[in-house]
Amino acid sequence: MSMNPLLRRRYRLDETLVPFTLNGTAQTGRRGDTVLTAILSVSGRLRQSEFTGENRAGFCLIGACQDCYVMTAQGSRVRACSTALLAGMAFITDLGAVSETAHD
Amino acid sequence: MIEPLQPVIVGAGPAGIRAAERLVRAGLRPIVLDEGLRAGGQIYRRPLIDDGRSYRSRYGSEAGKARRLHEAFEALLPAIDYRPETLVWNVSAAERGNQLDVLLAGVHRQIGFSQLILCTGATDRVLPFPGWTTPGVYTLGASQVALKAQGCTIGDRIVFMGSGPLLYLVAWQYMKAGACVEAVLDTAPITSKRHLLSLAIHAPRIVGLGVFYGLQLQLAGVKIRNGVRPEAVLGTGQVEGLRFRRRASKGEVVETVSCDALAYGFALRPETQLADLAGCRFCFDERDRVWLPERDAMGRTSRANVYVAGDGSGIAGADAAEVSGELAAAALLEDAGKASADGARLVAAREAILRQRDILERAFPFPVDWFETVPDETTLCRCEEITIAEGRRAIASGSISEINRLKALSRVGMGRCQGRMCSAAATELLSGLCGVSPGEVGRLRAQAPVKPIPLGFGAAVEAEARS
Repeated sequence: MSMNPLLRRRYRLDETLVPFTLNGTAQTGRRGDTVLTAILSVSGRLRQSEFTGENRAGFCLIGACQDCYVMTAQGSRVRACSTALLAGMAFITDLGAVSETAHD
Repeated sequence: MIEPLQPVIVGAGPAGIRAAERLVRAGLRPIVLDEGLRAGGQIYRRPLIDDGRSYRSRYGSEAGKARRLHEAFEALLPAIDYRPETLVWNVSAAERGNQLDVLLAGVHRQIGFSQLILCTGATDRVLPFPGWTTPGVYTLGASQVALKAQGCTIGDRIVFMGSGPLLYLVAWQYMKAGACVEAVLDTAPITSKRHLLSLAIHAPRIVGLGVFYGLQLQLAGVKIRNGVRPEAVLGTGQVEGLRFRRRASKGEVVETVSCDALAYGFALRPETQLADLAGCRFCFDERDRVWLPERDAMGRTSRANVYVAGDGSGIAGADAAEVSGELAAAALLEDAGKASADGARLVAAREAILRQRDILERAFPFPVDWFETVPDETTLCRCEEITIAEGRRAIASGSISEINRLKALSRVGMGRCQGRMCSAAATELLSGLCGVSPGEVGRLRAQAPVKPIPLGFGAAVEAEARS
């Protein structure tokens, strides 16, 4: 299953980089990004659904559909479309990566 | 400090800002609670930081209105108690006093109000079809917010589908931003556009802009189709295209368009949960096929001291929202003994916009036949992942004819979105199977918290006492 980035940046291309971690890998967003923008500019999903395990990547982008919840490395959840990206944030969007860590 | 009146406004979009402005002018200091990171609402949504774009570039034909609204808000800041990133998740019933439950920076609080103006806005109205949960499928509003507020397009090659004035506008904005617009698929039949002729007499600017966007898209070679119904998103795990059918002179034609993202929606649906929790009486709106809080011409609800304004009180657009925000504040002041001089003028201004809206909705009609052709295995509720077949089975086995029963037996509308994304569909499905009008299957009741909140015995709680 391909994980091409979904979003295509058109502005703020030269904005200050903001480092974050995605499934343990270092990534960069831009100053002014939401968590959703930062993750979907480098990846194709935000989470996997609870029942079918389908990839999800948000839907309404205005805090209504609740489809864009992302798990943080600390185990809490943030609503990606309405949370500003901060340097050092760490996210898990691959449940496989979590269970592997759990078995370590 | 003696504060005889403590009005609270929920929402800092066009309605909330104009309501606040009116109250400030009357010498009050309202609390303005807004879920957004920055004030402005959705249509006039602002980026988190300046990204070098001008108002003209970001808001197009509405640049002047956006700038005036933002400037009005900035000017108000010293005179209001503004709390961004604040979720109002409950309104106490009247008999339990005038209290709001809010979540502010992870802390639960109660905030009292002497009066409440609800300016809760709207979300896209969506309907399910095969593949609508695929990453890369977004609502029309989402596609616009991505561009406006984050400077991103939802893909490189995009198809826009649905009905409503936003359809052609967003497609045009994407084209201007450098994205490839693969197609604009209008679900309304071409014949419905004749209504725009009568609208042109009353609102030449609106129609002129629509025609301009449509022509520019056409000149750029964008495929534009009418009378469209989607068959399926192509691709698994990511969008590779869309298969759709449309009515043509020689019968139905099936077409496929290749794309890497799809934006779709069918106008808007109002956010009414807080009015519901406040105990406001509701009535069914036949035009928009939705329940709305009952309101008088100025925005008074059935509950004393609770007012509604903007799209959350009925879809009418941003211009109407500004007027209705001011009206609701005028009503509040009137009820507090401060008569307004321009109430009648504002009521007339709002009603003129509502009449235009009626024509616009006829030009972009809701696809009432949607469920005649959507396959049973399609996801109906994206939170709980319930299929249309499961919904139908629940309806048949429980002899269900009421929407809250359907929720109880099938969990449709019970997930994290609280029915925001599926209630229109569930209503159409249920009323269609029962052979009754959508208004006859009842209203999906709101539940607190209206959005997910962190709970737990350790959660910080702070009561805000105001006398």
